[in-house]
Amino acid sequence: MSIIYFLIGCSVLLALVFLGAFFWAQKSGQNDDLYTPSMRILLDDDDNIPTDIISDRITKQEEKSD
Amino acid sequence: MIQTASIEKTACYHCGDDCLTPAYYVEEKQFCCLGCKSVFEVLSENKLCNYYSYNDHPGVNRAHIDKRFNYLNEPDIVNELIDYKDDNITIITFYIPQIHCSSCLWLLEQLHKMNPAIHYGRVDFLKKQLIIRYNHHQLNLQQLVELLYNIGYEPVISLQDIIKKQNSPAKDNLVQKIAVAGFCFGNVMLLSFPEYFGISVYEQTFKHFFGWINILFALPVVFYSGRSYFISAWQNLRIKVLNIDFPLALGIGVLFIRSIVDVAINNDPGFTDTLCGLVFFLLIGKYVQKKTYYHISFERDYRSFFPVAVNVITDDVEMPVPLSQLQTSQRIIIRHNEIIPADAILLKGRALVDFSFVTGESIPVSKTLGEIIYAGGRQTGEAIELEVVKSVSQSYLTQLWNNEAFTRQKDNNAQTFSEKISKYFTIVLLAIAFGALLFWLPFNASKGLAAFTAVLIVACPCALALSTPFTMAAALSIFDKNLFYLKSTRVVEQMAGIDTIVMDKTGTITNGDLNGVELNGELTTLEKLLIYSVCINSIHPLSRMICEHLGKTGRLPVSKYNEFAGKGIVATISGHHLKIGSGDLIFGYFKETPGITAIHILIDGHYLGYFSIKHNYRDGMDQIARLNSSYDLLLLSGDQDHERNDLLRFFKHSDNLHFNQSPQGKLDVIRSIQDKEHKVMMIGDGLNDSGALKQSDLGIAITDNVNNFSPGSDAIMDGRSFKKLPLFLRFSKDAVNIIHVSFIISLIYNLIGLSYAVTGRLSPLIAAVLMPLSTVTIISFTTLATHFAAKKRNLL
Repeated sequence: MSIIYFLIGCSVLLALVFLGAFFWAQKSGQNDDLYTPSMRILLDDDDNIPTDIISDRITKQEEKSD
Repeated sequence: MIQTASIEKTACYHCGDDCLTPAYYVEEKQFCCLGCKSVFEVLSENKLCNYYSYNDHPGVNRAHIDKRFNYLNEPDIVNELIDYKDDNITIITFYIPQIHCSSCLWLLEQLHKMNPAIHYGRVDFLKKQLIIRYNHHQLNLQQLVELLYNIGYEPVISLQDIIKKQNSPAKDNLVQKIAVAGFCFGNVMLLSFPEYFGISVYEQTFKHFFGWINILFALPVVFYSGRSYFISAWQNLRIKVLNIDFPLALGIGVLFIRSIVDVAINNDPGFTDTLCGLVFFLLIGKYVQKKTYYHISFERDYRSFFPVAVNVITDDVEMPVPLSQLQTSQRIIIRHNEIIPADAILLKGRALVDFSFVTGESIPVSKTLGEIIYAGGRQTGEAIELEVVKSVSQSYLTQLWNNEAFTRQKDNNAQTFSEKISKYFTIVLLAIAFGALLFWLPFNASKGLAAFTAVLIVACPCALALSTPFTMAAALSIFDKNLFYLKSTRVVEQMAGIDTIVMDKTGTITNGDLNGVELNGELTTLEKLLIYSVCINSIHPLSRMICEHLGKTGRLPVSKYNEFAGKGIVATISGHHLKIGSGDLIFGYFKETPGITAIHILIDGHYLGYFSIKHNYRDGMDQIARLNSSYDLLLLSGDQDHERNDLLRFFKHSDNLHFNQSPQGKLDVIRSIQDKEHKVMMIGDGLNDSGALKQSDLGIAITDNVNNFSPGSDAIMDGRSFKKLPLFLRFSKDAVNIIHVSFIISLIYNLIGLSYAVTGRLSPLIAAVLMPLSTVTIISFTTLATHFAAKKRNLL
């Protein structure tokens, strides 16, 4: 039954990864606006969304936390 | 296609308003005004007409066209407004109240197609904000704002930046704390199950392992998620207050220490699952209590109403100057629709000032040269030149903000139910805990300690701490559905304790619209001309209404003119003798019909009839008047008392009507009522009420459009909900009753737990079942009961 030690270790590690992912999402502002994307997806978009949006958001967040 | 075209003929293609003139017509599309038409032209030029395909008439009416953004070239002002700037790019966030549909969203995110200097525009729909990143070498801020203006989305730029305050990240990291607590709670629950189902003798090593790993999970829960409870309890102890955080912190601490001792020494499973669950549920309670309205600000003062800059004339050159640098004796120029930012003397031009934001009076007031114009008025008509006599912060209206009412933190004076009760609760709890300890100590020291800690664990007022937030959060969302927006959950309890209601008149109990004037009787053109010539000389609001009703007829010279305050006018014009005014003036004694104000006309001794003026009181004023059996109703108006007789049917005594009140006077009246131990609710709408709103125990700002300016207050009410005020008051009392009942329920759970605890027989399993059970009972009871109460009051 010693395998339980290993299994619990694995499951906790996996759960920690998800917790870390949540923290990252929270910090990078992905949960700041939960409504607008639901509207945006319904609009036709013929060209690509500018890529620097996420990076800007992160730099802004970092400035605020300083 | 033909059918839709014929329908669209009447409605403006851009904003959907009725087109009164066929003058604005482009590409087979009809527009109501030049503003709407020009927006369409800009969009079609840039091939952005998809804007009109997502929604019908997505625009907002643009009848006002006056753009003055040259102050946005001042580096001082620009630096105040932007979020971020480096060598090439600038990022700025605008607040744009016009954002309301998917077309708005689409268009504002296509800005980079209109001007390549714009990298992107990003909309936050609920906050009505637009974040723009652009190259400031190719496009300056003024051009950017003008671009937004041209497509019909003029941002609101004000001194008091509400946006920045809203966007600042929450300091307490509540969501992260909940995430950690929930994560640990889940894991600890899983790892506790083997213990509850029984571990056989030859698997005892696992028992130890599970115990220690649970302690490991409890560490972040206690020291990260639960830290705020220790800090708050300690801070309150230092100012000698026993608030609810003290027994909570005590419970968390005791649970943690007892669990370590149990696992390390007694080889028992410990209470870590109860501990994690407790912190998790408490934090959830904190979370639901926080309600954010993205589009409403309760903290507005005069700065969010005044412009950012004003044009100052020095040596015949106009220069925009930030308002904070405006000095006395400077000459300023104010154009149509601009706001006069400081008390100033009129030097040049015809001033017709609309003080509706300040006093609620909708009729513009004309001012003569040399007269002082108080800050806050909006000039209509031609441009005027003024000399500033007082700086912005010292002006008549703004100096209200220097009053102590604005500096003191008012939330501290009203204790909520849970604050009041938690003091006694803590004392009783400690008494029982020490009683159990002393009882067992002579026989069995370890049992005494077990009983002592068990009492503190099981009586931890989790359910008590949750009953207020969950009830109030449910109540808040019900108010929200009825267009009544409360600043915090605390306000509900304050509302239940109110015994005096004070109301402003103009704009609060009367509509912003002009009152209806009706002529009862027949008048010839000459008679109309005579009446107009007399009334135009008076600044009395009723005279102005009559003039407005008659329209411009021309003006005859008046040879004799006498105005009797509160009664009327006696005048002689080209040989005709006129008496215009109340029945008392004309007949000596007269019994007026209630509900209307009549202005009687007597020309050369012949009675010709009267003008009746119906007051447009808001819907439901009668229901509110009925509140006077349980509340004191008072009126606090800045106007003259010419409506006194009408208003008497709503307010019991003539003493309850206060007219001619200055903003400071209103504040003082509220304070004098409070000195008599009354709890005062103030309902107002203008800047002149802001002192009274702040001083009162509960200030409600009433507005017909929540995105418009409203003075700082505890709650904002949409004018359409005014008639529901009695229901709101009753519902707030229901909510407080629900809290009382849920307190009794949580006490019953505590008694059950205590009966186990004092005997020292509390097993981790009982604690682990009791705690979530009581929590779930409280949450479901409060939520259901609040909804039931709302249904009963017809608020759902």
